[in-house]
Amino acid sequence: MAKPTVALFITCIGDQFFPQVGECVVKILRRLDVEVTFNPAQTCCGQPAFNTGYRQEAKEVAARVLDLFEDADYVVAPSGSCTSMVRVFYPELFAGDPGLLHKWERLKGRFYEFSEFLIEVLKVEDVGARFAHRVAYHDSCHLLRELGIAEPPRKLLRQVRGIDLVEMTDDKLCCGFGGTFSVKFPEVSVAMGEDKLRAASQAGAEFLVANDSGCLMHLAGLIHRQGLPLKTIHLAELLERR
Amino acid sequence: MAGHEVHSNEIHELGNRALADEHLQEAYRSSTLRLFNHRREALREVPGWERLRERASALKREVMEHLDYYLEQFADNLERRGGQVHWATTGEEACAIVLEIARRAGAREVVKAKSMVSEEIELNQALQAAGVRAVETDLGEFIIQLAGERPAHIVAPAIHMTRGDVSRLFTRHLQSEPTEEPEKLTGIARRALREMFAQAGLGVSGGNFLVAETGTVVTVENEGNIRFCTTAPRVHVALVGIEKLIPRFQDLGVFLRVLGRSGTGQKLTSYTSMLTGPRRPGEDGPEEMHVVLVDNGRVATLADPKMREALYCIRCGACLNTCPVYRKIGGHAYGWVYSGPIGALVTPQLVGLQPARELPFASSLCGACREVCPVKINIPDLLLHLRSEVQENAPAPQPPEALLGERTSMRLWAAVMKRPLLYSLGSRLARWGQVVFARQAWIRRIPFYPASRWTEGRDLPALAPKSFRQLWKAEGGSRK
Repeated sequence: MAKPTVALFITCIGDQFFPQVGECVVKILRRLDVEVTFNPAQTCCGQPAFNTGYRQEAKEVAARVLDLFEDADYVVAPSGSCTSMVRVFYPELFAGDPGLLHKWERLKGRFYEFSEFLIEVLKVEDVGARFAHRVAYHDSCHLLRELGIAEPPRKLLRQVRGIDLVEMTDDKLCCGFGGTFSVKFPEVSVAMGEDKLRAASQAGAEFLVANDSGCLMHLAGLIHRQGLPLKTIHLAELLERR
Repeated sequence: MAGHEVHSNEIHELGNRALADEHLQEAYRSSTLRLFNHRREALREVPGWERLRERASALKREVMEHLDYYLEQFADNLERRGGQVHWATTGEEACAIVLEIARRAGAREVVKAKSMVSEEIELNQALQAAGVRAVETDLGEFIIQLAGERPAHIVAPAIHMTRGDVSRLFTRHLQSEPTEEPEKLTGIARRALREMFAQAGLGVSGGNFLVAETGTVVTVENEGNIRFCTTAPRVHVALVGIEKLIPRFQDLGVFLRVLGRSGTGQKLTSYTSMLTGPRRPGEDGPEEMHVVLVDNGRVATLADPKMREALYCIRCGACLNTCPVYRKIGGHAYGWVYSGPIGALVTPQLVGLQPARELPFASSLCGACREVCPVKINIPDLLLHLRSEVQENAPAPQPPEALLGERTSMRLWAAVMKRPLLYSLGSRLARWGQVVFARQAWIRRIPFYPASRWTEGRDLPALAPKSFRQLWKAEGGSRK
């Protein structure tokens, strides 16, 4: 069988704030003998505008995504939220536009979140990682409830050598990021984040791992402001460690 | 339309006040968690819960698609059994109908069972203005009536109060001895209420379900006060929103199974009453039974094919108990009668978009509400829809520290995101610009909205020295 090609959808937050996450995705996929491409014409999936109610602006940006990955066997994004945007929310955004909906039909089946791609498509649970720390996995909400992905990240984590995986109480509770919610209701957002960090600390975690850079940016920002003895890490970064 | 006191756009201030109140935080945290856990326990022993939800949702869809038919069927069947059916387009009309019934019954005192519709139309105020005294007989409602507050929760109106709060309230208003024992507190309320039940000439209730096929009003409760209100006084009037219809009597089985478990984690509540007309010869019950079918904005919601789904709600309160935002800001922050995720949907429908424009944004869109909703309302989806309606028709004023309005910013953002070259240029410029704010890869404060709101309580990571696309290009892309 020919090597599958994967086009990386880095996401705008990933591109700008956490390029190392993208690098780790590329490394892991290459180790698994996957050909990775990156189309530099990509920017954002359109979610910030969609989430805030600006559908026209969101649509203009989202429509571009439909044309970026014509040649790739698969598209992989290290984000449950951006993947949800493409797979779940695009049809709503493009409602009444058969041309765009048609293009979306051709993309949606090839668009995967990173952990889902490893488990469901490559059928790999052990990526050869080693990470000798106590880690709590945070289910980011879009990944969990829009895509229904709870097990794939845990399967991958369970295979990591040396890892001590702990579960938090209320592990399905939102961390409070919520896109523009984080700046529209900053105090509530912060209070929710504090609960999440408390749960991680109580579980004895050194690291809080998740698949969404938005949640991690929010939680890391809180940790840094408050000087807490806790670290955040993206799943792809953790799985790249050896 | 209810145009009384709507404070929904003050949700930010009200919510922050709640956040700062440790006592209140603990009350909400422990109560919502208790209800949440009870529900979770109750679901464990129900095989086919998902099928039940599917069925409940499908039934509600059927009702909403043929509401006119079912309403008429209900009215015909109830009238055939001697009940009197009234139609109220607005809250004022509904209040006027109840007042007229009270006047004809010669009732100066009214006992009330818990009814969110009566809160919505401010019936107590209307009765009081006409010189009729209304007493709430649900324990939670009785408490908040004494406190002069609105319900803080759809199912548990006094959820925000601890036993100590209730004790102090009773001591002040009922001159009772201070106590924090639930049984004793209930006893104090019971003694105060018993007298009223005997005196009142009119009982007012809500209704959980209206069965079209039989003309039956179904009420669900734990305290027995609804049964009292609907049977002891000579006249009973039920105020019910038109969305409470269900088609057939057999469908009640589906809804009773999901309602109790979702609301309080009970298989069934202690009392389920089915009222079909006034008393017949040789029976107990009221001489007259009236049902006021209340529109008050619901027909407009029905006409909106997207928002129609919000009318499926059976007011179980599960979405409140599970919502991380509700748990923090509490019910009163929503500024009107209905709170939590469902309140953020219903309020803009009933009071208008402009006075409730902030509510659809009071959600992280985590989807926990949708997960627990027994009639499968896609709450996040509807909130997103309302957000677009707000931006289209009732946008918020620009925050003072914003350099640009939100719409202008979003247009600018879209213009950049559509042009990769502009995006790359922008990201390079931002890396130059952030030097002013960043210290060791972190930014502590940005004075401009919206980043200013981020840095109020959190640090912001600085943009990485090089973006992913820069790294990819520098390393020769696929050769890396």
